[in-house]
Amino acid sequence: MARMTMIEALRSAMDVKLMDDPSVIVFGEDVGYFGGVFRCTAGLQARHGEERVFDTPINESAIVGLAVGMAAQGMRPCVEIQFADYVFPAYDQITQEAARLRHRSNEQFTCPLVVRMPTGGGIFGGQTHSQSPEALFTHVAGLKVVIPATPYDAKGLLISAIEDPDPVIFLEPKRIYNGPFFGDHSGKSVPWSSHPAGEVPEGHYTVPLGKAEIRRAGSDVTVLAYGTMVHVAEAAASEAGVDAEIIDLRTLLPLDVETIRTSVEKTGRCVVVHEATRTGGFGGELIAEVQEACFWHLRAPLLRVTGWDAPYPHAQEWDYFPSPARIARALVQVMGD
Amino acid sequence: MQPVVLPAARREITAAKLSFPRPPARPDQPPDFSNIVVPPAGALPVPPLDIEAQDARSFAVGMVRVLDENSRAVGPWAEYLGDVSAEQLRLGLRDMLKMRAVDRRMLNAQRQGKTSFYLQCTGEEAIGCGFQRQLERGDMNFPTYRQQTLLIAADYPLESLMGQLYSNDLDPLKGRQLPIMHSARDYGFFSISGNLGTQYVQAVGWAMAGALRGNGKIAAGWIGDGATASNDFHSALLSASVYLPPVVLNVVNNQWAISTYTGTAAGKSETYAARALGYGIPALRVDGNDYLAVAAVSRWAIDRARQGFGPVLIEWFTYRVAAHSTSDDPTAYRPKDEAQAWPLGDPVERLKAHLIVRGDWSEERHVQAEAEILDEVTAIQKAVEAHGTFVDPQPISPAEIFRGVYADLPEHLRRQRQEMGC
Ligand SMILES: Cc1ncc(C[n+]2csc(CCOP(=O)(O)OP(=O)(O)O)c2C)c(N)n1
Ligand SMILES: [Mg+2]
Repeated sequence: MARMTMIEALRSAMDVKLMDDPSVIVFGEDVGYFGGVFRCTAGLQARHGEERVFDTPINESAIVGLAVGMAAQGMRPCVEIQFADYVFPAYDQITQEAARLRHRSNEQFTCPLVVRMPTGGGIFGGQTHSQSPEALFTHVAGLKVVIPATPYDAKGLLISAIEDPDPVIFLEPKRIYNGPFFGDHSGKSVPWSSHPAGEVPEGHYTVPLGKAEIRRAGSDVTVLAYGTMVHVAEAAASEAGVDAEIIDLRTLLPLDVETIRTSVEKTGRCVVVHEATRTGGFGGELIAEVQEACFWHLRAPLLRVTGWDAPYPHAQEWDYFPSPARIARALVQVMGD
Repeated sequence: MQPVVLPAARREITAAKLSFPRPPARPDQPPDFSNIVVPPAGALPVPPLDIEAQDARSFAVGMVRVLDENSRAVGPWAEYLGDVSAEQLRLGLRDMLKMRAVDRRMLNAQRQGKTSFYLQCTGEEAIGCGFQRQLERGDMNFPTYRQQTLLIAADYPLESLMGQLYSNDLDPLKGRQLPIMHSARDYGFFSISGNLGTQYVQAVGWAMAGALRGNGKIAAGWIGDGATASNDFHSALLSASVYLPPVVLNVVNNQWAISTYTGTAAGKSETYAARALGYGIPALRVDGNDYLAVAAVSRWAIDRARQGFGPVLIEWFTYRVAAHSTSDDPTAYRPKDEAQAWPLGDPVERLKAHLIVRGDWSEERHVQAEAEILDEVTAIQKAVEAHGTFVDPQPISPAEIFRGVYADLPEHLRRQRQEMGC
């Protein structure tokens, strides 16, 4: 097996699919010759040609609108939005068009497309390079929403997403593109090459959509997290000295309620963690699911640790980002209740 | 990665083929600007202020230029500018030198880790510096992140400008925004958004408000060549075409949008200026590296808007000499020495040469001015750094996160602030 960063793993997924399916096509801003500002598509144009990997004008609604038209005819576009913060001009095409094409045409037309976008903070990007808009997509019927936390999952999930018959929003936590992040920005950065999940097969494999993964088994409290926060939550659990069961959701929609239920029935406690703002965030949905599925097993109120309900700040980034200390406090609190 | 050879059968022969615009040269090739036609200086007349789009074609596909190869100001636009004193031109030169010094110092500061991010406007100094000096107090620019020149030529205090870049307590924006995303209402500089294109249609709205309230002020929209592809560019042109507000719509065509060649935004359009004609908006293309052409056309366009003749679009033709930003390495996608081959030269060198030809400047004075300006900028930078940098932060209170989200702090934010512990 090879060692890959998340960037290399994503590139490998697109490369594998470009190789084995002529209907797969990749495009976006700076994606072609240069290979993307995060280098996720580097080398793909040279290898597969300009007709399959190309640059677009700076118009996100065109990027997704073109993809919808192509997908409706049977191609499988995998397009890149340079930052999730820039997806909004495409919001109409994604939520009103791609999401509903199958339903409204009674399957005359379908929309097998993937919209990739770097998401989340931790890079001092300020309010337009740091947002986590997952809840704006999980609120839309007809979309699938995926967010990997490791290179292995990134590749397997992206291949599944490209092969999926429906539109998939594929969020890439940019803070962990090059290595896992445990929430201490002053600490030494760790590369994926030194992490077991940085081992990635070269060829085709899939990680199924809609299946969560237990990252750390534990008996005291269930932590629901995704993307960067999976690793931060692991750090928080050891900081708190709590035997937490950490579930990496991987797919937010459709949600793997079974894995969550089994875990919370065992632990009786649950803390939800995400970077996105709190009010109306996906954490609220998770808490509702847990409450409905596990109410009689609960031993403490459900808690969430999230970004604050404010625009993502630049200088105050580490006061905003849910820190291991904040998560640890929540873990201790549910244990004390 | 090795290229994949497609089996011949997959490539059926059909008449329809897609086009993928390519730059004339990539890193392994010599720079090639042979596709760029540079018309002689002084060739275009000064149109009447009430010119209609259908009469503006020669301006939209030509190029207004004032400085000739001998650094003399020639033609009708030079005459139009006639009353410009040596003092005003020396001020323009000083603005550009100051801009260059600030860019140099701040790039350096970013490399030393003293700020998280920076972005230069090297090669484009004449455009914002020349335009701003023609505006009046109360007019409003809707800039992109590459128009720090507007602030410099508006005499915006460097303490505030650098404070923003260092996110320290001198930052008027309290550390909330990414460095370079300034906002300076009193200096005619609208709050910058990272989301490309949004400001362009807002400029039209601001100009409409000015007309509705009869305050005599105009608005200026700014956008890069790449971002003309955005929906909001077209929304702006359409709205301007319908309501005819007092707005000057500027397109800074610096040939690149990060790694993407300008042809990917232009498609089959002859020029960006020509796009406006389809909306019934007159447009001119201008040599953006020619300070006199910038000053002349800016004055004309601003005058037109203020006198009620409606919107106008100006394409400033220039070249992005520096990297897109400190996160970018242009050697990966364009020839290393492309900037040196740029046919319109360097704006500072050209204005300097003109002033020398006029007898209003000298090499010695130039060297002296450069040194003085660099000293001044460096001294202010030192003073600003004493208020903290990224390496040596004197952090702004985290409570700033919650201030300004709403006019009044709602209860749920009060609780969150408490939870944060401040
Ligand atoms: C809506 C949106 N999409 C993408 C981006 C990412 N981005 C930032 S700058 C840039 C290139 C802009 O090029 P251009 O408009 O030519 O301006 P220049 O940088 O050359 O001044 C891109 C794609 C963005 N900021 N906003
Ligand atoms: Mg540009």
